[in-house]
Amino acid sequence: MNDFVEFFSFSDTNIRYVTLGSVLLASSSAVVGCFTLLRKRALVGDAVAHAVLPGVCLAFILSGTKNPFILLLGAFVTGWLSLVAIDFITARSRIKEDTAIGLVLSVFFGVGILLLTAIQHSGNAAQSGLDKFLFGKAASLVGEDLIAFAIVAVLLLVTTIIFYKELTLLCFDQAYAKTIGFPVRLLELLLTTLTVFAVVVGIQAVGVVLMAAMLITPAAAARFWTDKLSLMLVLAALIGAFSGVAGAFVSYTAPAMPTGPWIVLIVSMIAILSFAFAPKKGWVSRLLRQRRNKTQILEENLLKLMYQLGEQKPNYDAPRQLHELLERRAIPQKEAKAGLKRLQNQGYVEKLPSGWKLSSQGQRRGERVVRLHRLWELYLTQYLHLASDHVHEDAETIEHIITPELEQKLIEELDFPVMDPHSARIP
Amino acid sequence: MAMVGDAISHAVLPGIVIAFLLTGSRDSVPMLIGAGLLGVLTTFLIEFFHRYARVQADASIGVTFTWLFAIGIILISVFAGQVDLDQDCVLYGEIAYVPLDLWITEGGLSLGPGTVWTLAFVTILILLFITFGYKELFLTAFDPGFAAAIGISTTAWYYSLMTAVSLTTVASFESVGAILVVALLVAPPATAYLLTDKFKNMLLLSVLAGIIASVAGYYLAVWIDGSIAGAIATVTGIEFTLAFLFSPSRGILLKRKQLQPVQH
Repeated sequence: MNDFVEFFSFSDTNIRYVTLGSVLLASSSAVVGCFTLLRKRALVGDAVAHAVLPGVCLAFILSGTKNPFILLLGAFVTGWLSLVAIDFITARSRIKEDTAIGLVLSVFFGVGILLLTAIQHSGNAAQSGLDKFLFGKAASLVGEDLIAFAIVAVLLLVTTIIFYKELTLLCFDQAYAKTIGFPVRLLELLLTTLTVFAVVVGIQAVGVVLMAAMLITPAAAARFWTDKLSLMLVLAALIGAFSGVAGAFVSYTAPAMPTGPWIVLIVSMIAILSFAFAPKKGWVSRLLRQRRNKTQILEENLLKLMYQLGEQKPNYDAPRQLHELLERRAIPQKEAKAGLKRLQNQGYVEKLPSGWKLSSQGQRRGERVVRLHRLWELYLTQYLHLASDHVHEDAETIEHIITPELEQKLIEELDFPVMDPHSARIP
Repeated sequence: MAMVGDAISHAVLPGIVIAFLLTGSRDSVPMLIGAGLLGVLTTFLIEFFHRYARVQADASIGVTFTWLFAIGIILISVFAGQVDLDQDCVLYGEIAYVPLDLWITEGGLSLGPGTVWTLAFVTILILLFITFGYKELFLTAFDPGFAAAIGISTTAWYYSLMTAVSLTTVASFESVGAILVVALLVAPPATAYLLTDKFKNMLLLSVLAGIIASVAGYYLAVWIDGSIAGAIATVTGIEFTLAFLFSPSRGILLKRKQLQPVQH
C-alpha cells in the first residue's frame, strides 16, 4: 500500500519519466495500431519492429555516434523499406502476404544481427547500448527519451486527428475512397509512415518482439467493445495507457521485473478478458445468446405443437400428455419436460393431473407461431414460386424470427389470406 | 501459415523455461517436450481466439505470441538466479545454455556434439514424418476439402505439422535463436516456390537452398566477423531476392522478357 501511495504521488523523477514514457508510448502506438488492425495488416508492425535493427546498426557504422536522432533516422529508413519490400513482393509474385511478412521480418533482422555482432566484435567502445534497441529499456528512461516520446506521440495524435476522415475511409472502403478522388496511395504512405514512427520510438521501450503487442493488442481489445471507430481509438489509447502505468508500477514494486514484458502481459490479459466477456461480441455473451435462442425456439415449438393438437378437434383447452406431443415431433424428453416447466413458470401452460394445458396466453402465442409458419409458406409459394412441399423447412426456421411489423407486412402483401399452401387454415 | 511459424518460434519460450525449471537441467529432451507442448498450445490458442472469439486472424496471431513471449521473459526474470537463459540467446542464439565445453567457434555457433545430436535426431524425425505422412500432408496443404472428404483428419495433420514446426524451432533455437529460425523456415520454401510448380521439387529445392545458405552464411560470418545465424539469414534473403528477380518461370525480370514477344 505504501508502495502504491509512493508510486502514484509521482514524487520520484524516475517514476515520473518511466510512467509518462510508458503511457505516451502505449497510447500513441495503440491509436496507430487501430488503423493497421482494421486494414487487416496487424502483423506488419511486427515486421517493422524487426526491420529497424539493420537501420540502427548502419546509422551507427556510418555516423560513428550514438546520437538518438541519427539512430532513429536509420531505423526509420529500414523500417520503411521493409514495408515497401512486403508490398512489392506481394504485388509482384505469387508469394502470399503472410509469407512475405515472415520473410522480410527475419531477413532484415538477420542482417541487423550480422551488423550488430560485427560492430560488437570490432572493439569499438562506443557501441555498448546499441542492443537496447533489441530488448527495450523502459525502466531506464531518461529526460531526453521522454522528449522524443512526447514529440512523436503528439505528432501521431495530431496527424490522426487531422486525417481522421481520410484514414477511416481508407480502412473501411478503399475502392470508394479512390472513386471520390482521395489520394489513396499517399494515404497508405501516410499510414505506413505513422506505423514506422510508432514502432521506431516504441521499440526502445519494450524491445523488438513485444513492440508488435503494443500495436495490435490494445486495438484488438478495443474492437470488442465498440463498432464506432472514434470510440475504438479512445478505448485503445486508454487500455494502452492503463497498461503502461500498471507495467511501470509492477517494475517499481519489484525492481527485478522488466517493464516492457509486464506492460504486454497486462495489455494481453485485458485483451483476452475482452475476447471472452465483452458484451455483444465476446465469446461468453455469444454463447449465452445462442442458448437463449435455443430455449426460445424450443418453447415456441412446444406451444405450436399444443396448438396444432388443439386444432384437430378443435379444443384448445384439453390437457395433453407429454407423449402425445413427442409423437408429433421428436424432441428429447428431458428437454421437452424442462421447456414445459419453464413455460409453466411464465404462465403459458398449466399443469393438470391429466396433462399439460395451454393457458389463454399460451394459446395466443402458439397461434402466432402457427400463423407465421403458414404465412411464410404461402409467401414462398406465391412470390418465389417454390413447390409447396419445399417450403416447410424454411418456415420452421423463420417462424421464430419474424417481427410483428414484418408479420403485418406479410399479411398485407398476401392480401389477408385464409388458407396456406397445404390448405390448412391460417389462424 | 508463415506467420504461425513465426508465432510458434517466439511462443515456445515459456515452455523451454518451464521445462528447465521442472527438470533443473539443460537436457534437450525435456526442453523439446516443453517447447513442443507450447507450440501446440500456441496453435490451439490462435485457432481458438480466431474461431470462437472471432478475433481476426492476424490479430489473433499477434496477441497470442507476444503474450506468451512476455510470460517467458517474465519467468526468466523471476527465476533469474536459477535459469541459465537470457534474452539474447532467445533472440539470436548466443547459446548461453549449451555447456561451455561444447563451444567451438567464437562467433556464437556451437558445433558441440550435444547440439548436433539433437539436431540430427530431430531431422530424422521430421524426415520420417514427411515420408510417412507425405500423401496426407500434401492433400491437407492443397485441398483440405477433398482431404476431409476421403477421410483424412485435417485437424490432426494440422496439429502434427505444427508440432513438427515447434520441434524444429526449438532444436534450432540453441544455434540460431527464435527470429532467425523464421528465416530458415520461410525463406528457402519461398525461394523454391518461385522456382518450381511441383511440390516434390519444391521440397528438394528448399532443402538445397537451406544447405547453400548455411555454408555460404558461415563463410560470410567468418569474413566480416559477425553472428553466423545472422549471416545465414542474410544469405537466405539474398537467395530469395535472386529467385524473385531471375526465376526462369516467375522472376519479375525474366517474366517481363517473356511477355514482350506479344508486341510484334
